[in-house]
Amino acid sequence: MLPGQKRCGRREFRQTYPGGSEDRGVSERICIRTPPQTYLEEQTIEDVIVARDLEKRFEDLVAVDHIAFRVRKGEVFGFLGPNGAGKTTTMKMIQCISPKTGGTLEVFGMDVNTHQREIKSRLGVVPQETNLDPDFSTYRNLLVYARYFGIPKQEAEQRAENLLAFMQLEEKRDVRVDKLSGGMKRRLIIARALINAPELLILDEPTIGLDPQARHLIWERLRNLQAEGNTLVLTTHYLDEAERLCDRLVIMDHGKILVEGPPADLIREHAGSDVVEVEQTPKVIARLTELGVNYDLVGDMLQVFTDRPHDVARELLEVCRHEAVTVRPATLEDVFLRLTGRRLRE
Amino acid sequence: MSERLIDITGRVKSVWQRNWDAFLRTYQVNFIPPFVEPVLYLLALGFGLGTYIESVDGIPYPVFIAPALVSISVMNSAFFECTYSSFVRMYYQKTFDAIIATPVSIDEVIAGEMLWGATRGMIYATLMLPVLLLFGVVAMPSSLLLIPFAYLVGLLFAGIAMCFTAITPSIDALNYPSFLFITPMFLFSGTFFPLDLLPQPIQYFALAVLPLTHVVGINRAITLSAYSPMNLFNLAWIAVATALFFVLAIRLMRRRLIV
Repeated sequence: MLPGQKRCGRREFRQTYPGGSEDRGVSERICIRTPPQTYLEEQTIEDVIVARDLEKRFEDLVAVDHIAFRVRKGEVFGFLGPNGAGKTTTMKMIQCISPKTGGTLEVFGMDVNTHQREIKSRLGVVPQETNLDPDFSTYRNLLVYARYFGIPKQEAEQRAENLLAFMQLEEKRDVRVDKLSGGMKRRLIIARALINAPELLILDEPTIGLDPQARHLIWERLRNLQAEGNTLVLTTHYLDEAERLCDRLVIMDHGKILVEGPPADLIREHAGSDVVEVEQTPKVIARLTELGVNYDLVGDMLQVFTDRPHDVARELLEVCRHEAVTVRPATLEDVFLRLTGRRLRE
Repeated sequence: MSERLIDITGRVKSVWQRNWDAFLRTYQVNFIPPFVEPVLYLLALGFGLGTYIESVDGIPYPVFIAPALVSISVMNSAFFECTYSSFVRMYYQKTFDAIIATPVSIDEVIAGEMLWGATRGMIYATLMLPVLLLFGVVAMPSSLLLIPFAYLVGLLFAGIAMCFTAITPSIDALNYPSFLFITPMFLFSGTFFPLDLLPQPIQYFALAVLPLTHVVGINRAITLSAYSPMNLFNLAWIAVATALFFVLAIRLMRRRLIV
């Protein structure tokens, strides 16, 4: 798709839960939109979050190492990175619950270390860990949470009903939260994060551990929220999720930002348009070296990132079995692994 | 973060209210101890063991221990609410994390927990009073004062409890203050026998560091409707200690939770 282009459609969905309950229907119109080209140059768009030289230092470790980024109003901005890269720490600083130790961080133009209440009242947070209140039902969870924002009772009840409908949880209204499935808990946490009608929604791994149906429903809802003008900041380990949802993203590692940009640009820049995968044999290596083509070794496979996949594949087919050569489009996962390596973390 | 000593606004009520709502949801269970406890103690100690003790300082034994029973119940309900229960909410349920993502500050969360612990102490004192009245071991109407005073006492023990909760490495380690602080206090604070039976140094020790001594002193004055100048000292000690532990608990919790 070209920048600024829009693709729309409807999807039928149906989800069955243990116990026989079921969610089904036709989704609202879903639009997938690539970010307009102007995002890249224009500076007039209001920035919701501005970080400059941001640092978070713990006793023996620099978790966030002098990073800078801007999140613009109305965009979906992603933080990707291996475990321990500093994503969650950055999120916690934005949420004003973990004070920065250096640099500046402004949310809605206010300093996070001095305007916590003002910022937090306009923020919705979906934490990584499920921290719903086990002493209450689904509906009461929303009401109790609304009270923390000082939302009047009647208003809170109205919003809670609407949010249960929005996240398809009406049937579970009076069920204790420990009886909910993982997907329902996640949806309730998102509903809870929306109780104060936030302008900025922060999601730390919103679809962790969910089945595909639940993930799709959540993606759809996040898209709805963006369409209403909300700004979304999220972390995720699912790179397809990032590619699908984020207008722009950063990839972090060891507390630093490695790259920043729209997913499509990052793929083009760091992985090329396509990947040719081929089994690793001396003949293949010899041919690639002869052609002067760069390649990466991955286990017993070999990857060539290229904008001319057909030419590369044709050359390789001459030296090996045809079923050993695969051509596929490059993905964000390729970018991620190239930049952060394949070594296991933690 | 905020450099103020403590940062508390009216939002503290929403934290208190959360615990009140949860308490009401299970009120059947919560209302049993304050009715059953005084009956058991009065029957076993007051009227059982008490038949061998004619009187203590001229007071019938059941009447002597009645104010101690209220003191102990308020202490236990506030202390255990703000140790084990608060720790569960903080560590296992992540309720504190959920709340501080809203405009409620961590100071307000901790203050709300302590005010709730105090409320629980007051509820227990209130529920015990009719039982003690039935046994005819408390003077009226002066004993109505037990109720507001229970709030202050509850706040004192909630504050002490919250300090332990703030520094405990695990829920098991909370057994230390329970057995090494609460249990001795239960026995050696002029509860079941007068303090002056103990050797002089231990009496001073009790007055200096066992808060329950001061609580029992005042509660006994209230139920007998017989006050002494010593009660002023008791009250001053409790007021100062309550304020100190309240602030200390918040500061310790900030250190634990803000990273």
